[in-house]
Amino acid sequence: MSQTTSAATQTESVQEFAARARKWLAENMPSIDPNDPPDADRGEEAPWLRARELQRTLWDGGFAGICFPREYGGLGLPIEYQRAFDIESRCYEMPIILNTPTFTICAATILDMGSEEQKRTHIAGALRGDEVLVQLLSEPSGGSDLAGVITRADRRGDTWIVNGAKTWSTSAFAADYGLMLARTNWDVPKHEGLTMFLVPINAPGITLRRIQQVNGSVEFCEEFFDGLELGDDTVVGEVNDGWAVASRQLYHERRAVGGGSEFASGIGAEGKTDKPTDYVALLEQVGQPDNERLQEMAGRALVHRAVQEQLIDHVYHGVNDGSLPPTAGTIIRISHAENINVELDTTLAITGSAGVVDTGDELFAIGDRYLSRQTASLGGGTTEVGRNVIGERVLGFPREYAADKGVPFNQVKRGRG
Amino acid sequence: MTDVASPERLLFASTAQSFLEKEVPLSRIRELHRDGISFERDWWQRAAELGWASLLVPEELGGGSVSGDGVADLALVAEHSGRTVAPGPLHPVSAVLAGLADAEEGARHADVIEALVSGEAVASWAVYEPGGHWNPLQPAVTATRTATGFRIDGVKDRVEAGADSDLLLVLADCDGAPRQFLLRTDAPGVGVATQRSIDLVKTYARIAFNGVEVDESAAVGSAEQTPALVARQTQVALVLQCAETVGILDTVFDMTVQWGFDRHSFGRPLVSYQALKHKYADLKIWLEACRATTKAAVAKVGTHAADADLAVSIAKSYVAEHAPDMVQLCVQLHGGIGVTWEHDLHLFLRRVTLYRSMFGTPEDHNLLVYRMTKELESA
Repeated sequence: MSQTTSAATQTESVQEFAARARKWLAENMPSIDPNDPPDADRGEEAPWLRARELQRTLWDGGFAGICFPREYGGLGLPIEYQRAFDIESRCYEMPIILNTPTFTICAATILDMGSEEQKRTHIAGALRGDEVLVQLLSEPSGGSDLAGVITRADRRGDTWIVNGAKTWSTSAFAADYGLMLARTNWDVPKHEGLTMFLVPINAPGITLRRIQQVNGSVEFCEEFFDGLELGDDTVVGEVNDGWAVASRQLYHERRAVGGGSEFASGIGAEGKTDKPTDYVALLEQVGQPDNERLQEMAGRALVHRAVQEQLIDHVYHGVNDGSLPPTAGTIIRISHAENINVELDTTLAITGSAGVVDTGDELFAIGDRYLSRQTASLGGGTTEVGRNVIGERVLGFPREYAADKGVPFNQVKRGRG
Repeated sequence: MTDVASPERLLFASTAQSFLEKEVPLSRIRELHRDGISFERDWWQRAAELGWASLLVPEELGGGSVSGDGVADLALVAEHSGRTVAPGPLHPVSAVLAGLADAEEGARHADVIEALVSGEAVASWAVYEPGGHWNPLQPAVTATRTATGFRIDGVKDRVEAGADSDLLLVLADCDGAPRQFLLRTDAPGVGVATQRSIDLVKTYARIAFNGVEVDESAAVGSAEQTPALVARQTQVALVLQCAETVGILDTVFDMTVQWGFDRHSFGRPLVSYQALKHKYADLKIWLEACRATTKAAVAKVGTHAADADLAVSIAKSYVAEHAPDMVQLCVQLHGGIGVTWEHDLHLFLRRVTLYRSMFGTPEDHNLLVYRMTKELESA
């Protein structure tokens, strides 16, 4: 596959690039009302097929992977070009659900840590819309202690045999490949015996099941591995150096969750439920457009929303110019969750009883959404772990005591479940 | 906000910093307070000689800035002022100069501008009124037309450095519309009474105008232009508040981090306790957010952006909502020493508490942000 339209070069200014994108988008992408985006429930199949199609159109038009290197199918341009494209593409249907984790976490990590072959195959595959990539990290036995995984990959002849279970895998049912962390050496401390594999999701030996959440979402999955066979070419990075790969994923995830990744393309909402609240419309809906108390509450939420955007920009540039360490990405991960809390608390308060008793309008959805509020503080590593990261790795405080430090993993105490 | 890009700005910033550290360290602030002095005029004149009062004034009127972005340079001075909770009329003089520099027929006030830029004169913006809320465009003070100009009647209060000012820029109602007038504090009919503030050195004043006669030329800007000038002066006053608060928060946070490393309890440094680490982490998040939103507001005001009002209200709301709580949390992390007079924390807490409430509370600005958003949506 080759890109059919002339690719952008760095000699093209941001303004010229934006002008060319504006024209191309108008001619090639379906237009939408950004305030009323098409629904893209991540738990359904159709939005994923649609996203692959749209991604393919971007690829054919030479607008896929603006910040990915040219040799892997991208355009190799600085973030200013991506930001300009984001502004231009706001009123068009974009494959937003491919941003995270496919581009911002998985492809970004493969770019950092993968073999040449993996980069050429999977980054380009994702940019063409042929591959959806996910992460297979958390396990039923533990969340925050990621390096404590007990899914095992054992060597048998030339192959690896995988047994165990993963959980909380975002949209794995729709994916082609997953970055899967497994234990390959039990005789060394926990970080030293891990290996990252790039696993074909539909391989025999994997059973996939959906997890149903409080709000009815079935986007997350759990996977069971029973004698899954993998070749050496599926190892990402080095054998027993999987923690280095996982650390890159976490780094990219923190930036992506806060909205600071240059590998995301398009900034619109994923669907109605992801759309930022229109407070002016909400006050109309509850019949209180002139209630100054509610206006003030809504204004505060708008302030917090705006500052989150400014903070993303500030941290991105701070990390780039060295005034903040790379771990400062955690700042926007936490502030994102705090901002979600402010927004959902505010909408619940403004909506009042119409949010909790279904009176036949859209307001009932606000109560439903509130029930899942904590997902923003849990997904992608809890905010508590995030605060440890800021304390220990941004501010340089002493690390927390770890009972498993330096202990061979097969001697580490484990819980019962 | 410290995008200290150019070498000129770097030099400007370091000069301001060393001037402040040498001339008005925290010990000096305590002395000024003890002696009942708000600031010393010759000190302010030397600050003005460093260019602090020239930044908002165009070159043809004797001003100029090192970087070409006077608002950003001024914000840098304010940020450094926050580090020592410096005294002085930087805010009122800047707010007045913002109005004079942008006013139609600006050359009419060239002498005043020159005196302010050189530091020979001090001016303040008389905008609040007794009992009144932050509502600059509906003054009760009146300006009545006379044969030769205007007669000013009424009372203003919360006029920063009012008792130390030579000149006032007074908002008054003239023929049913707000208008600003420049007058001298020693003019017949002007009565000044000092009002103390919660800050150790910043003082305010209640100023009564009883039939104060001014010439036609005392008017600053036309009636049509006045709302825009008031908006601009407000923007400058607010970005200075925010920038100075960022300097304060940065200093107090650094102090508190150092304290947490040095202070040991149960054989461990305070910062090794997870409960405290998480509080420090929150402080760091809020500090960077305050920096981010202030930087964004400074950029908008610096370029006279159409949405500068919105950016400024966002920054003021966020910074003022968080700053007092952040400093209180630093007091908490210091333990009992933090609530003593001898510890310097209260000097910083006083200043951020003062700024929380001046030129609109966070709640006032939340309402403004809502209304501006509504206007943008219906536009």
